[in-house]
Amino acid sequence: MGTYLPSLAGGVLIGLSAVMLLLLNGRIAGVSGLVAGLGRRPDRRWLADLAFVAGLILGPPAFAALSGHWPEMRIVASLPILALAGLLVGFGARLGSGCTSGHGVCGLARLSPRSFVAVLTFLASGVATVFLVRVLFG
Amino acid sequence: MRPAAQILAALAAGLTFGLGLAMSGMLDPARVRGFLDVAGAWDPSLAFVLAGAVGVSALGYAVARRLRAPAFDHAFAIPTGQRIDRPLVLGAALFGVGWGLAGLCPGPAVAALSTGLLPVLIFVAAMLAGMVLHRRMTRPSGLGPAAPVAPPLSGR
Repeated sequence: MGTYLPSLAGGVLIGLSAVMLLLLNGRIAGVSGLVAGLGRRPDRRWLADLAFVAGLILGPPAFAALSGHWPEMRIVASLPILALAGLLVGFGARLGSGCTSGHGVCGLARLSPRSFVAVLTFLASGVATVFLVRVLFG
Repeated sequence: MRPAAQILAALAAGLTFGLGLAMSGMLDPARVRGFLDVAGAWDPSLAFVLAGAVGVSALGYAVARRLRAPAFDHAFAIPTGQRIDRPLVLGAALFGVGWGLAGLCPGPAVAALSTGLLPVLIFVAAMLAGMVLHRRMTRPSGLGPAAPVAPPLSGR
């Protein structure tokens, strides 16, 4: 039970963030889209997107300051696997027009059929990948 | 539109997002892989992150439907596409493989940059490279006489 409540509360905060960005700035809180967008020629929204990313990076230290401990981070994959995974995540998120936040949080919340398909697809391939890694190398 | 207010709002939203990620357990790749390990020692706790996030933001989208514009801009910028096409499914499938391999997705990975951990830096660098690769592959290069006359490159 101990892990469910912080997870739910963290999820509520993430939802709140999406609501703030939507009702104040009219934007989707999709991290891959916002990050990739920083590579464009700066327009009137560029600084705000940069501010979101800066806030995101400040989140874990703020959590550490408030709670007195850093969030747990156990990275199990080797560096080459992490590099391959990063490539797939970056390329796939752009090709598929979004990631866990844009499709998962915002897309499901606005009942987008594209996002439902995307979320089911990346959950399925994620589950299959973890299964195969465990069976083959576990 | 109010640029300074937009920047402050985005900073506050980003900070809230990062706090939520840190609290939720999503920053821990081992937990994420435990969540995806449905056939093994499944850890369902991260489903509560999704439930909380989607539940709250659904309220926001319900409110937004009744508004003509957000507080600090003159229009909402919300995707309108409906087509389920091959790039959507292929992209999401590739994304899921990377997510399963590393236990990291873009939000937690970027938030975890503040830890300065080498594995995180490597993952994020590779993720940016993947984004650049996609951009190179999809936008007209403008090189060679065979390239069609394209409008000025917009940032996408």
